[in-house]
Amino acid sequence: MKHIAPPDTGDDDGKGLLIRRIKNGTVIDHIDGGEALNVIKILGIVGSTTETLSIATNVPSRNMGRKDIVKISNRELSKEEVDRIALISPRATINIVRNFKVCEKQGVEIPVLIVGNVRCPNPGCITRTNEPIKSRFAVLPDGKGLRCIYCDSVITKDLTNFII
Amino acid sequence: MSFESAMARLGGSSISVSSVEACSMAKGETLADTIRVVSGYADAIVIRHPKEGAARLAAEFATVPVINAGDGAGQHPSQTLLDLYTIRQSMPVDGIDVALVGDLRYGRTAHSLASALSLYGVRLHTISPPGLELPPALAAGLAEKGMEIISHTDIGEVIDEVDVLYVTRIQRERFPDSTSYFNVASSYRITPELLAGAKENLIVLHPLPRVDEIDPRLDASPHARYFEQSKNGVPVRMAMLLDVMG
Repeated sequence: MKHIAPPDTGDDDGKGLLIRRIKNGTVIDHIDGGEALNVIKILGIVGSTTETLSIATNVPSRNMGRKDIVKISNRELSKEEVDRIALISPRATINIVRNFKVCEKQGVEIPVLIVGNVRCPNPGCITRTNEPIKSRFAVLPDGKGLRCIYCDSVITKDLTNFII
Repeated sequence: MSFESAMARLGGSSISVSSVEACSMAKGETLADTIRVVSGYADAIVIRHPKEGAARLAAEFATVPVINAGDGAGQHPSQTLLDLYTIRQSMPVDGIDVALVGDLRYGRTAHSLASALSLYGVRLHTISPPGLELPPALAAGLAEKGMEIISHTDIGEVIDEVDVLYVTRIQRERFPDSTSYFNVASSYRITPELLAGAKENLIVLHPLPRVDEIDPRLDASPHARYFEQSKNGVPVRMAMLLDVMG
């Protein structure tokens, strides 16, 4: 008798999806368990957002043990947005959905530069003033941290604490 | 002042704004706007600013060349060029032993000099009070470039090994009270007695101003090169201005 494992889509008990399919938009899958809210934060989706979001956290996953899923309706993330996610969850996968069909599927790549979204940890940095500039961080090799291109301060841990 | 002197010797003139109160920043103008305005008044901008990264911001908004004359506790590259020039007047820079003494955490001259020396195969010795060591990210970056960095607790441990003793000011405001400051500062004071065991060709440098770090009795010693170093700031900055303005 052939055993067929249930699809890895976040089923609660194999009978139904925790969150509904979306017609159009982006599904971010395989986010490390518990990191979904940080993913949303680094995408700049904060405060009084108008986007329709569905979030599932700590969903059982065959490959990852636990994973998070984020679905954003009616918005297709750009390559730059997608790659920011790599800093938090390098195994995440991105599915672009159009009319209920996955039209594009891609992994995330560690970006070279992060513009905005991250606050420099150095209170003496010029980016912490009212100057009309966004913070800019060069990503260290292998994504091991971020270096502020203005003051050279480095963030190597607790990155999520610095997401604006 | 040395940039003004350099510009005057080149036959040019300079407009100096020595305080925030003397410009529109006192009214709340951003540095970005100030730089855009000043770009229309001058052929080059030399900026010293209390915030790290200010010179880079200025370069982004300026339409004329910008020279970083010190940004907060960040970098001081023009000082480094004259430091290197002063060392080269006495010895080749390649492969020498240099000791950085004092506040290496907030001392921007030490940051820039250490970065430059990493290009010359220099062995770097650091002697600083606890909490004022080289910023870890900078030290890690230098080590990645292959620079050997050895930290010491006492200058005496290394005085017979080094070719250059680069002394920086320990700032009083980094300490909770005057007593703590004087206790620490006195243990990093360079005296003729300390240099008794030094190499014959050791040179002592200091970006100036000094406070108590170097005993004035040392001024007459052949080791003392800090005033010559300061003087070198003029031709080096003349060269920089000529370079950026073609």
